[in-house]
Amino acid sequence: MATDYADMEMLRFTTAGSVDDGKSTLIGRLLYDSKSILEDQYEAVRVSSERRGESEVNLALLTDGLKAEREQGITIDVAYRYFSTPKRKFIIADTPGHIQYTRNMVTGASTANVALILVDARQGVVEQTRRHAIIASLLQIPHMLVCVNKMDLVEYKEEAYERIRHEFESFASKLDVHDISFVPISALKGDNVVDRSTKMNWYQGPTLMYYLENVHIASDYNFIDCRFPVQYVVRPNTDEFHDYRGYAGRVAGGIFRKGDRVMLLPSGFSSTIAKIDSFDGEVEEAFPPMSVTILLEDDIDISRGDMIVRENNVPTDTQDVEAMVCWFNERPMQLNGKYALRHTTQEMRCVVKDIRYKLDINTLHRNQEDKEIKMNDIARVTLRTTKRIFADAYRKNRITGSLILVDEGTNETVGAGMII
Amino acid sequence: MNYHLNHLKELESESIFVIREVASQFQNPVILFSGGKDSILLTYLAQKAFYPARIPFPLMHVDTGHNFLETIEYRDQMIAKLGAKLIVASVQEAIDKGAIKEEKGYNASRNALQTHVLLDALEKGKYDAALGGGRRDEEKARAKERFFSHRDEFGQWDPKNQRPELWNLFNGKKQIGEHFRVFPISNWTELDVWQYLHMEKVELPSLYFSHQRECFVRDGVIYADSDFMMKKPEEKVEPMQIRFRTIGDITCTGATRSAANTLDQIVQEVAASRFTERGTRSDDKRSETAMEDRKKQGYF
Repeated sequence: MATDYADMEMLRFTTAGSVDDGKSTLIGRLLYDSKSILEDQYEAVRVSSERRGESEVNLALLTDGLKAEREQGITIDVAYRYFSTPKRKFIIADTPGHIQYTRNMVTGASTANVALILVDARQGVVEQTRRHAIIASLLQIPHMLVCVNKMDLVEYKEEAYERIRHEFESFASKLDVHDISFVPISALKGDNVVDRSTKMNWYQGPTLMYYLENVHIASDYNFIDCRFPVQYVVRPNTDEFHDYRGYAGRVAGGIFRKGDRVMLLPSGFSSTIAKIDSFDGEVEEAFPPMSVTILLEDDIDISRGDMIVRENNVPTDTQDVEAMVCWFNERPMQLNGKYALRHTTQEMRCVVKDIRYKLDINTLHRNQEDKEIKMNDIARVTLRTTKRIFADAYRKNRITGSLILVDEGTNETVGAGMII
Repeated sequence: MNYHLNHLKELESESIFVIREVASQFQNPVILFSGGKDSILLTYLAQKAFYPARIPFPLMHVDTGHNFLETIEYRDQMIAKLGAKLIVASVQEAIDKGAIKEEKGYNASRNALQTHVLLDALEKGKYDAALGGGRRDEEKARAKERFFSHRDEFGQWDPKNQRPELWNLFNGKKQIGEHFRVFPISNWTELDVWQYLHMEKVELPSLYFSHQRECFVRDGVIYADSDFMMKKPEEKVEPMQIRFRTIGDITCTGATRSAANTLDQIVQEVAASRFTERGTRSDDKRSETAMEDRKKQGYF
């Protein structure tokens, strides 16, 4: 029993949706059918539902946490939900679907392996569906699962499902998505969610749960290009570890081994990995997303924000960054405005040199006339940084290809960027 | 070689990353240590994050004065082993000084008083980041919590105006007088915690294991008999075979009847349980939004 969980993997997925599209019902169904809703939680929701005068137990109350959300019956912020099966532990980033909360969708999408996109079988691909798919593609979520929901309301007809599948596929051909799957479900009745539906024999594919348990996520990290942003320098200053100088961090890409010849950025010096250390002893190989401590053979001045890479495979070294930026703040993005910028473990300042276009998040249209970037807008911009930045394209590496912008007056996180 | 981490190792790595980020971004962090399994896990992960160096921050215990003896014993042993500094912020002291007033009656609890004492101690020590063992799966308000959670100069949480948190880029910038609460184990569930403690063979307070104790039952919850709780005439104290799933202040920590006395058995019991661990915590039951209300004011 105790060793059963030794091989369990973790999968993060995101959902987006608004009232009535069945998102809360689906999440409630997944939690309930995987026995992740416990009796006291269920009881609390039952009492709340009753107090609100609802005739049935409203599982959506399980997913709405804040007082304002319960009062208004909407999801505002990203909520994280957890459930597990014997194969995997799942983290759901449950986000609102309305355009006014695009920033929350972007936040939830930033760490997801799978985007779960809900389509109402009666309505087909609508604006909100397209928006979710575009965000999933911009944020490079590796896998997309389109759930054609409410199949019970279209009499479980294959034609309804096929029509939506074709509609979505022709739209998705314009997106940067590599792996799309489809599943016809009824979250309300439980068809093809955890248990296979008996009413859709024409569908031979996996159920939603089978997909989540088996989709191949082991290659979601970049194991090719070695990137190790130095996060913290470990210097014990004790008798036992007098000369110990370790570079602690989380592997952002590639596989590091003892004896590897490496290069340090920004200095450009070379050295060899003497040891990869951890509390549990020496590590043979370090790969994403492991947190380790690297020791080098040579005494080189290295500090937080530096990056350890391989000599023959280096990231782009630049002060001019092209990025797609999602704006989070009520105060619009200022052309020529200065912001603090965070990239891997580096911090610097930057200025917005150019706003090239605003992306219409519903149609992918590039608007070059209206360049006022307001909250929830997504724009292609050029940034000039005060220091050299060592970056990869976001498509190649989500860790070394992402950045955030911080307002220097209020300290708020005002934007998130994906480097092109 | 298979290049993947199991879920526990991935969670561990994420938490270590967050803890190191705190050491890098803040001047004067502190670990909030209650003696419960979550803060034990947090401290254990901090030890891993800086190995072979010592944890570069002190630990703070907000002490309600209503402790299990076992918790205090464990705390002092652990501090000695880590070579860490312990700060005790005492609720009793604040009461004695007249800074706060104690609740009266059968359900009196010092839970709410902790907030005042905690904020006071953070201010006095000029701590700019307080690491806590809060988890998002514990409670619905906590499900909305960030890893880096900003607090204003009054220590308040504004849940509707939180900073977006993307990828692994954490924004710890603040004005003077403000601080952050940081929750490195946000993504762990109760079962993850137990599986991990089992996998790593972490030593725990004896309270978590089955033992016989003088207890009484109130509103369906089993409480340990102590001088800190007034008993109603009909409440009979009797020996029971119990263990605790969470450990906090003695007056609001309920026990469960259990024979589990190894980590292996606890993992199995938690996996099979049909009730959440906070189901035995009377501090959460005061209202539907008890946790959100307390958190807004500056609670853990």
